[in-house]
Amino acid sequence: MSKGLQGTDKRGILELGAEEKIGWDAVPQGVVLHSFEGEIGNTAHLKPEEREYSQFNSYIASVASWRVIKPVYNRDICIDCQNCWVWCPDTSIISRDKQMLGIDYDHCKGCGVCVEVCPTNPKSLLMFTEATENDDALAGWPEKKKKAKK
Amino acid sequence: MAKKFELNEMEVWDGNYAASQALRQAQVDVVAAYPITPSTPIVEGYGAYQANGYVDGEFVMVESEHGAMSGCVGAAAAGGRVATATSSQGFALMVEVLYQASGMRLPIVLTVVNRALASPLNVRGDHSDMYLGRDSGWIQLDAFNVQEAYDLTLCAFKIGEDLGVRLPVMVHQDGFTTSHKAQNVRPLQDEVAYKFVGDYVPVDDMLDFSRPVTHGAQTEEDWHYEHKAKQHKALMDSREKIDAVFAELKELTGREYKRVETYMMEDAEVAMVALGSTVETARLAAKQLREEEGLKVGVIAPRAFRPFPFDLIRDAIDMSKDLKAVVCMDRSSPGGAMGTLFNEISASAYGTKNRPIITNYIYGLGGRDFAIDEAKRIMKEQKAHADAGYITTEIQQFSGVRGPKLGFFKTRRN
Repeated sequence: MSKGLQGTDKRGILELGAEEKIGWDAVPQGVVLHSFEGEIGNTAHLKPEEREYSQFNSYIASVASWRVIKPVYNRDICIDCQNCWVWCPDTSIISRDKQMLGIDYDHCKGCGVCVEVCPTNPKSLLMFTEATENDDALAGWPEKKKKAKK
Repeated sequence: MAKKFELNEMEVWDGNYAASQALRQAQVDVVAAYPITPSTPIVEGYGAYQANGYVDGEFVMVESEHGAMSGCVGAAAAGGRVATATSSQGFALMVEVLYQASGMRLPIVLTVVNRALASPLNVRGDHSDMYLGRDSGWIQLDAFNVQEAYDLTLCAFKIGEDLGVRLPVMVHQDGFTTSHKAQNVRPLQDEVAYKFVGDYVPVDDMLDFSRPVTHGAQTEEDWHYEHKAKQHKALMDSREKIDAVFAELKELTGREYKRVETYMMEDAEVAMVALGSTVETARLAAKQLREEEGLKVGVIAPRAFRPFPFDLIRDAIDMSKDLKAVVCMDRSSPGGAMGTLFNEISASAYGTKNRPIITNYIYGLGGRDFAIDEAKRIMKEQKAHADAGYITTEIQQFSGVRGPKLGFFKTRRN
């Protein structure tokens, strides 16, 4: 998986509260925050990693610390149905050309909706504690469940 | 293109009609409103002008005054010239959003027709609602009569929308005594009025899709204070712009406004400080007392209630070297304190050469009439304080209330 494609260059580089503490004379009038640097032009057609986000855009900030459990993604089982991408309330499922690439851990809040909506058997996304390494999680992935006999 | 409204050089208007004409002439883009006595005819008037093609704008009917001011905030953030009107309970319901509007630096114009706050329920005029807005971060201008309600509403757009100000502005007039009182008014012709107000210049408008923007962001302890400090600075700095706009209006009309209006203060021994239509009562009383009894009385009236003209009040008190006593007239139940004008005028007066005796009257609550004779009695009472060298009555008294005399606090004399 290409790191560039996941847009980690600018994503989540700013810890909330770590921004430069400017004085009253320099703060923007009316607590107005611009999402992008300058005029956006065709930004809507650019991928997130290509956009000129301003320092106030949450794309730049990391809120990883808000999460206590995380989804882990298993590429070997995923069928690229895009259900998780559709349902994620924080646009934290990274997908390109209808291919699932992974989780945006800088913005995922660990709500677990992606796991709920995953239709595969076993699921391609499962929740683990923050402390669990992704490789360990993948090594212990559950087997396919047999349907209960009627 | 809006149709021109034919106006005579002199019209007979009431305060509500005057304010609604000003809203029309400023070509307000959006009025989001909920009706309440006695301010209803202002937005009703705008609605009629809009429906009949005399203004290019939108009239938004909402479910409450909270919704009305919220609609105004949204429309102003979107980038429009916005105004509405309210009174009393409606004002109280707007309060939460008033603070949002000023913090978001949205130059909304709110024409407030002052009315008492319940309970007991009362539709008549006093200054409870005006005082309720005093910490809301809005510029508050006070009209004493119908002509002023018209002039100041036009000025309000020009002041609030100035790029160096960008703050919401209230224009206050007294419920019924001004809002429903027909007086001669000299309006500006439509094109002259619009030229005076000028085109609206949007700032960080949400309808500018080339620069997506967040309005009303959340800040916590690490940013909130800086934003409030910047907002207070803007409100304090608006004093210069208010003066400049008043000067421009004078150039255009010959009518002169000052942030503190003084009347015969040059040689006054006694002064009355008042707001609203009471100012005209006080001026008449002062004039009559001078003619009848040779008592040198003057009147001080804050035209700009916010930003409070601390320095100009000081100047007004030191205008006459003979000033000995000042009475501050508060038309709002002070809720367990001295009246607001008393507190603020006293604070200004503390730094004057004269350091006059200052007393406080609560009067006119719920539209109780305040007559010239009562104003004269109070002025003469101040003269008695001045002659005695101390406050001979309670420091805070109630004027015009039935029952035993009501007053609080006395001068300490050992």
